Amino acid sequence: MTTDVADPAEAAGIAPAADSGFLQRYGVTIEYILIPGAALLGALGVFGIFVALFGKSPLDLYFYMYQGAFGTWFSWQNTLTRAAPLILTALCTALPAQLGMVIIGGEGALLIGALAATSAALAMPWAPPLVVQIAMVCAGMIGGGLWIMLAGGLRQYRGVNETISSLLLVYIALAILNHLVEGMMRDPASLNKPSTREIGAANMIGSIPGTDVHWGLVFGVMAAVASYILIYHTVFGFAARVAGGNIRAAKIVGLGVSKLILTICFLAGACAGLAGMVEVAAVQGRTNANLAAGYGFTGILVAFLARQNPLAVIPVAILLGGISASGGLLQRRLGLPDASVLVLQGIIFVFVLASDALYGRIGFLKGKS
Amino acid sequence: MADGTIGLWTVPLAVFGGAIRVSTPFLFVSLGECITERSGRINLGLEGTLVMGAMSAYGISYLTGSPWLGVLAAGVTGSLLGALHAGICSLPRVNDIAVGIALMLFGTGLAFYLGKPLIEPTAARLPAIDFGWWSDIAQVRAALRINVLFLIGIALAPVLYWAFRTTRWGLLIRTAGESSDAARAMGYSVLAIRLRATMVGGFLAGIGGSFLSLFYPGSWNEGLSSGQGVTAVALVIFARWDPMLCMWASLAFGGAAALGPALQSVGVTSGYHLFNAAPYILTLAIMIITCSPKRTLTGAPAELSITR
Repeated sequence: MTTDVADPAEAAGIAPAADSGFLQRYGVTIEYILIPGAALLGALGVFGIFVALFGKSPLDLYFYMYQGAFGTWFSWQNTLTRAAPLILTALCTALPAQLGMVIIGGEGALLIGALAATSAALAMPWAPPLVVQIAMVCAGMIGGGLWIMLAGGLRQYRGVNETISSLLLVYIALAILNHLVEGMMRDPASLNKPSTREIGAANMIGSIPGTDVHWGLVFGVMAAVASYILIYHTVFGFAARVAGGNIRAAKIVGLGVSKLILTICFLAGACAGLAGMVEVAAVQGRTNANLAAGYGFTGILVAFLARQNPLAVIPVAILLGGISASGGLLQRRLGLPDASVLVLQGIIFVFVLASDALYGRIGFLKGKS
Repeated sequence: MADGTIGLWTVPLAVFGGAIRVSTPFLFVSLGECITERSGRINLGLEGTLVMGAMSAYGISYLTGSPWLGVLAAGVTGSLLGALHAGICSLPRVNDIAVGIALMLFGTGLAFYLGKPLIEPTAARLPAIDFGWWSDIAQVRAALRINVLFLIGIALAPVLYWAFRTTRWGLLIRTAGESSDAARAMGYSVLAIRLRATMVGGFLAGIGGSFLSLFYPGSWNEGLSSGQGVTAVALVIFARWDPMLCMWASLAFGGAAALGPALQSVGVTSGYHLFNAAPYILTLAIMIITCSPKRTLTGAPAELSITR
């Protein structure tokens, strides 16, 4: 298998600097970078073989993937634009993971957030853009937050498995969106693609000056940093990690586990809801079925690849944003179907999970000789 | 009634016919998942297996002209995906739910990739048996055109029920699910039992997928399955890991899923999407009613990570 990290080249690169004190301090961190990195390379290798089976050159594949993701300023902007919602939806999985919960319903919270944000904008056509935008952010976050809080509450008060309930809620959210978009909220002018009315050009959040990358990226980075501080540098985050590690210990020391679960789930959903708001206010300008583009599902992969660390979510989201950005170029230059990005994501996911078995088993990283 | 106009009876009749048609994938996936979960592992990736099964059945049926070879191919594809799931889960410290999510994405992606050239052509479809020959009413005849796979699925439920209770294999699977230590003490490899249980589960789920592409709706496209696999996994939980209850629950689900199209056929079009979401809402509602935070569910295999 290509997941074998102890390959001589990498080992040689680290070994000279590695006295035992250095490894004792940083061994775990190196492991957290090395193993997912190797899993990623292994997945790319397998995908190359897969593509070669269809008669395409793997070297061309890697070249065009690099070109489409990070090769030019244009592709960098495309990558960053896609990374923005991925950061936010990944947080929707990464935050509850601190409590030991597996929430995979980010897509649902994104859709509900988008609906709520659109409704807020359409409800106040008279207001100045800044007020509308703030209202959209609040509505999107509250909508998405309540949606995931529902899954958390069901787990805490009814014992319903949160993984399955959050996934079912995705399909329910999609049905609600289609129902409203084709019924009550439909813009009569949208004939082929039922949509809501547009929120108006003045209310769009626009791009970061000098780029085509919209402000959603800043929202995402801010949310990721805030989540990191919340989890690792506050009492609340410490309590959450205690409850995630050992729920009985948390109850014995008197932590309010219900409150922790509900709050974390609300924040997680709020992030995904914000992603929905960003997609409406920066890309689509309205709500329709286009919003269900799978950002919520790719976000799960980002969270797992980042090992549920809110800060690591940022680079991983950029990486996976790059992969999906390169999909168009692969389609044009190599004639690969658009689903090839999905295949690659699936392979990466499988490799990342299988590589979980390697932690603590790499001899030279144990810090002792 | 005799003159062929049956008015409002169309709706219950369409729901009945739909229950038979729509429930078949639910039936196969839930029975397969039932076997897997009884062995102490949950495979959330059956959604991907279902879509892969649908694609490979359609492809093989198109290439060979024989829909039954397609069904077989779907089963084999499903069991390969099951083997992949079980293989990764055999590694230490790997979470089976997370692997399921990964295979859900992988299976769907692979099916869309390989199935791209299959959207246009028409493949040979599975035949149906006409049980409605005695009736003059077109709707009754339509409702009673029943596929053989449905009958196999219905027969499979009591067979599995019996097998779990009385056969050596059934007992081994249950032992692995209730206490892996006990199975190990008896000299059996828990991982091998779970591997086989997951492969059989994948086989059945793949067949469920072949029904989607070869009978109803009866074509291959990327929107073929919208969460049937996930719903079926949830369905096993509130069917208490009992194959007979899985069967009844699948039938109820098929009926619920047929409600939207049935109402649309008599002119009730408002809320079409909400009615289409009926199976998911129903699943969630039943899970809310039947689950409890205070105790584990009766009948739950003790080794199952989802009930802990």
